[in-house]
Amino acid sequence: MNDKRMTVDEAVAEVTDGMTIGIGGWGSRRKPMAFVRALVRKGVKDLTVVSYGGPDIGIFCATGQLKKAVYGFVSLDSIPLEPHFRQARQNGTLDAVELDEGMFLLGLRAAAQRLPFLPTRAGLGSDVLKINPHLKTVKSPYDDGEEFVAVPALNVDVAFVHMNRADASGNGQALGRDPYFDNLFCMAAKKAFMSCEKIVSTDELVSGGPLQSLLINRMMVSGVVEAPGGAHFTECPPDYARDEKFQREYAATAKDEEAWKAFRAKYLDVSEADYQKAVAS
Amino acid sequence: MTSTEATRADVCALAVAECFRGDGEIMVSAMGTTPSLGARLAKSTFEPDLLMTDGFNLLLRRALPLGAKPTDGDVEGWMPFGAVFDTLWWGRRHVMMGASQIDRFGNQNIACIGPWEHPKAQLLGVRGAPGNTINHVTSYWVPNHNARALVAKVDMVSGVGYDRAASLGPEGSRFHEIRRIVSNLGVFDFNTPDHRMRLVSLHPGVELQQVIDNTGFELVIPEGVDTTPVPAPEVIGVLRELDPQGYAQKEVVV
Repeated sequence: MNDKRMTVDEAVAEVTDGMTIGIGGWGSRRKPMAFVRALVRKGVKDLTVVSYGGPDIGIFCATGQLKKAVYGFVSLDSIPLEPHFRQARQNGTLDAVELDEGMFLLGLRAAAQRLPFLPTRAGLGSDVLKINPHLKTVKSPYDDGEEFVAVPALNVDVAFVHMNRADASGNGQALGRDPYFDNLFCMAAKKAFMSCEKIVSTDELVSGGPLQSLLINRMMVSGVVEAPGGAHFTECPPDYARDEKFQREYAATAKDEEAWKAFRAKYLDVSEADYQKAVAS
Repeated sequence: MTSTEATRADVCALAVAECFRGDGEIMVSAMGTTPSLGARLAKSTFEPDLLMTDGFNLLLRRALPLGAKPTDGDVEGWMPFGAVFDTLWWGRRHVMMGASQIDRFGNQNIACIGPWEHPKAQLLGVRGAPGNTINHVTSYWVPNHNARALVAKVDMVSGVGYDRAASLGPEGSRFHEIRRIVSNLGVFDFNTPDHRMRLVSLHPGVELQQVIDNTGFELVIPEGVDTTPVPAPEVIGVLRELDPQGYAQKEVVV
């Protein structure tokens, strides 16, 4: 089988200015932060990010790499609203596509199924349709004739996800209690990359948890990166909880330009290895 | 909190619990402190069949105190986000959300203050409010009832109100129901001919004029407004067990 092991920097080499990227996880939970940091180092611009947003969207807001955000929410969980995202929205600098959380899921599913849209009641009657004039409704072709929102597919160029374990050929395992929608992100993308806490043999992978935890199969991903702490500072149970102290430090930089510059210099303008050293100390 | 005398927060928690009376075997998702406490009170007393999570992905067979971590023996099932969406589209769910703004027809805003394109204040965003309100029963909790929260017009309709639902026609609106609003001053519903918000009861110690002065639109005020029930001593005992730290006491503005 193909050995798809690579480094984070090799993976993000696929991303060029103006691309649409999908980012797995949920809020401040199991986010592929090593990839996010690598994208910051690479300095790609004018990105469109499709995400159940957390610090991924927040960091790209702060670095100015984000042109457009497509999201169901942008939250740090223990801090309900992502502060850098808040800033970008209030400054009016961000092109935003705000969807109901469930609509967002249907957009991902439509993309994964190569459909132009999927229908739903979510959004009907709300201002989500007003702020997103590109959203259209569709009438049931059956006798009921009911009208639904036609959620357009959320197709992405490149998707990034982070798993607890993976093998070298791209089978991935989520050992936490919620798989989120990382498989759909991979299937909605032209190309997907997976980081993980640890690359193990396929035997170890299969015996390391219930079969239902094998969320990603090797068809879905083009590259596998071993990135211990790759979801830090978001949570990655059972390997580690969210680093709340670090998250508070990060959040505080939204109100203080100097603090942001220092944070960026210390934690983002450095290699992944140096990042992990800095947060361990 | 060890006192057995009912506080305003206790009255609110019972009023929240009453929103779920008769719901039976459906999932309750309660956002925030007082909604969580009220839902747990309902499950612990008169609605034992309600399904509730730990706030993450475990369905719990009993209502735990606020802040308590579940043990394996408390778990009865699994409700990851994918299953939450399936459940809410299925309709077997009653959610109680907060509302930064809410109008006379129950249109709710949690998204932003000011124009959405360039908000004065970015709030949570619409989150799941559009899908929740059009798919299943919704109630709201307003801990600080004032004319900035109960407004003539919300800045962005996140949760759908009765006038918006009616405009969808009988098909589109058939799963829409706003059961009740509980605020720190009273209980409200929409059981009026045109589904305008109606005062149901005033919490003990609250004057009618106080509610009128703190509401940014004209409420329907029936003759002979009730007083919100005060929890009996044994119910207060349950509330103390479910909220030993008194989180709800701090949330409710008197």
